[in-house]
Amino acid sequence: MVDVAKLGSQLIEKGQEGIDGFIFDIQSIPGEIEVLKVSIEGREELPIFLSNASTEILCISYLFKENEILESANDNMHSAMITMNIPMPLSSFGKIRDQYVIFGALSTTSTLDDIVHEIITLSDNTLEAIKTMREYLK
Amino acid sequence: MGLFKKIIDAIRGGAREVGESIVDANGIRIFEQEVKDAEAHLLQAKKDLTEVMAKEMQTGRKVEDLNRNVIKHENYARQALEKSDETLALEVAEKISEFQSEITVQTKALDSFSAHAKRLKGMIKKTEKSLSDMKRQLVMVKTTDSVQKATQTISDNYASSGSKLLSAKDSLDRIQKRQEDLEDRLTAGEELQGEWSGSALDDKLREAGIGETASNANDILARLKKQAS
Repeated sequence: MVDVAKLGSQLIEKGQEGIDGFIFDIQSIPGEIEVLKVSIEGREELPIFLSNASTEILCISYLFKENEILESANDNMHSAMITMNIPMPLSSFGKIRDQYVIFGALSTTSTLDDIVHEIITLSDNTLEAIKTMREYLK
Repeated sequence: MGLFKKIIDAIRGGAREVGESIVDANGIRIFEQEVKDAEAHLLQAKKDLTEVMAKEMQTGRKVEDLNRNVIKHENYARQALEKSDETLALEVAEKISEFQSEITVQTKALDSFSAHAKRLKGMIKKTEKSLSDMKRQLVMVKTTDSVQKATQTISDNYASSGSKLLSAKDSLDRIQKRQEDLEDRLTAGEELQGEWSGSALDDKLREAGIGETASNANDILARLKKQAS
């Protein structure tokens, strides 16, 4: 089990230092399962949500809603997503209700550097995914 | 019902209204109960296995004892025969026959215990695997629920602060625009740097006659003439 609050303060420090030129801020969202919101400077519109799922650390980024997709493109987009799932490093596509997401899962024994690496990779993949899926969006 | 089906149902069965959880709380409770049942089932199976294995060992020992007794009594019978005591030998042979039928019974029991233990081991392994899958899925559903709630909180904050949640395309455009701006600024910065620190400044200074000025042939000649005179 990962102590999310502790991880949050460790990430704040890392974020202020800036990793590979990425500066980020952490906001903690309390709840039944604690969630950290990671906002990367310059990419605030697409934050990463990090939560502890007891067996793994889950990092989720929200892509777009169902109603943003061109109706005619639905099948092609789904096909593109599952095709991209394999070659895409660390991240996979998923769906939460009407919201498409991109996510990565990490072992709870991951180091802080692993987690930071995951966050930055997921953020890069989020931008890349929207760029790629752009043609399917309204 | 399969696990994946259950999760899909739990998520689909969830509320449709904004602000309500996507995961049906009742679905989670049923799921949790199933995990508990599976845990109790597993515990019972492990207890059963211990008992069956104990019986298996006991029976195994009994069979060994009986086999030893057969060998022992076969020796007795041989010794009785050597002493030409047919009656005693027959009596011993009857005893051996009793041992042997007991061996048959006990071996059958042993086989049945071994098979039972094997079945239980297999079942325990399977239950453990599906239990850990169930727990993982349960956590996934709960996390999804929690992240959804968290996102809702964030969306509410956006709404109350008057800012609007952007579409993915708008977000990407804004981020890319910002990146381009930054790159433009960097490029402009480099150009400026070049202008101010590099040759551009030297040229300007030279034009203004400030700093090092190149000596031309006429200057050199003039200096030489001056030295000679």
